[in-house]
Amino acid sequence: MPLLEATLLTKRFYIDHLQREIEVFSNLSFSLESGQFVLVGGANGAGKSSLLRCLYRTYVPTSGRALFNSALGVIDLANAADVDIALLRRQEMGFVTQFLRPRPRVSALELVAEPLVDGGMAWEQALEQARQMLYSFGLKEALWSAYPTTFSGGEQQKVNLSRALIAPRRLLLLDEPTASLDAATRNSLQNRLSELKAQGVAMIGVFHHPEDIQHLIDSEIRLTASQEEVGYVAD
Amino acid sequence: MLDTSSRPLSPRFEPPQLVTSPPIVRAIGLHKRYGRVQAVADVDVEAYPGEVLGIVGESGSGKSSVLRLLNLEEQADSGTYLLNTPVLEGQDLFALDRFRRREVQIMNIGVVYQNPHLGLRMRFTSSGNIAERLLLTGERTFATLREAARESLSISEFPLNRMDDPPRVLSGGMQQRVQLAKALALRPVLLLLDEPTTGLDVSVQALVLDTLKRLQRERHMTIILVSHDLGVIRTLADRVMVMRHGRVVEQGLTDQILEDPQDAYTQQLVHAKL
Repeated sequence: MPLLEATLLTKRFYIDHLQREIEVFSNLSFSLESGQFVLVGGANGAGKSSLLRCLYRTYVPTSGRALFNSALGVIDLANAADVDIALLRRQEMGFVTQFLRPRPRVSALELVAEPLVDGGMAWEQALEQARQMLYSFGLKEALWSAYPTTFSGGEQQKVNLSRALIAPRRLLLLDEPTASLDAATRNSLQNRLSELKAQGVAMIGVFHHPEDIQHLIDSEIRLTASQEEVGYVAD
Repeated sequence: MLDTSSRPLSPRFEPPQLVTSPPIVRAIGLHKRYGRVQAVADVDVEAYPGEVLGIVGESGSGKSSVLRLLNLEEQADSGTYLLNTPVLEGQDLFALDRFRRREVQIMNIGVVYQNPHLGLRMRFTSSGNIAERLLLTGERTFATLREAARESLSISEFPLNRMDDPPRVLSGGMQQRVQLAKALALRPVLLLLDEPTTGLDVSVQALVLDTLKRLQRERHMTIILVSHDLGVIRTLADRVMVMRHGRVVEQGLTDQILEDPQDAYTQQLVHAKL
């Protein structure tokens, strides 16, 4: 089976105080193989980010299935136990945004190494890999042991991407990671994504400027705001 | 009572398939009444090894009562409570006599209260507070006690040059670190935190949270954390249970509860606080 197979995935929000349901997307079906890169396209408000969040289970899908071929067995992301999703997030599924959540007194290096440690790696080794990652994203070495709470926006983004892309994952969900990056960082990101793709990592991404990653795209899921003609376009 | 007919039911997910280890904490069907108040009604709590489970809810929702039951401070009116350790496996802790219960609590559960007066002797030295915990296990050698206290304070990031000061002369943040050191001294399998940073000023709160996060990562402790502060919950908890009127109204992954709450009350709670 493919790495991910979504069938009739639907998301509606029920807002209690409005006594209203808001439809985000409905009956979406698509599949994704290892090493494939799928762009999620569509106008603002068409539910692109919501789709990623449903797969990561930050949002609860209203109906449908999303079968994920995990190393531990096939599991439906839409209905799996919370602890199973938490396990997949530590080991197999990553979510990449443009925002870093720095914590006081945690150095850039530690912040980047943490996902590896959470996956079971020893600190020493994790820190070594974190150094390489920060180096490849071009963060000045003088800042590695400093606290990102005080960093500039651009420096924080380098730490953020290093952290989000350091651990081995089977599936990466990319929520506009290139937005507001400078040219050099965007370039490092493109390199890292091609490297991951070549290693067989599957990716689903929302990009404001898809031309940044045009050469990586294998196919596209187009969401339409009207929701009447949600379709899957493969090329 | 909530009217459940007018809204979609909370999602029911499958039982765990990928996580094969059993929960380390398994408390089922907890009930507790104080006089006419049903403080806890039919609450199940399950926590897996190395997980941080948050319990949120407003004052009077029963969240601290649940914690007191889990700390074996009080007897439940009904329910069972299992801690899955080699020694205790299969044993309902509520069914133990009070001496054995006290022993199980000391050896397996650590607790940090919002109010340090509940957890510490304010006029003893800080190191003495921790040594006392070890005395309960039969340790009597002064050097060993002192070394253990030092180690425990050190991992809690307490400044060791103040280890012989009594908690009453320490700041609120420091007092919480002494409580934490005491809670961790016997390497409990379960750490219970009851509003551990409420009342501390924001910068101190961040530091204490950071210590907790570090310790959790390094020791893979199972933590159950009660807080009404969603920021604290977001920082520490992997999963969250939302309580109201003594019942669990919703539970889920922390980000899901905060970003896509399913229950009407949770929606209210989240939107009021963010």
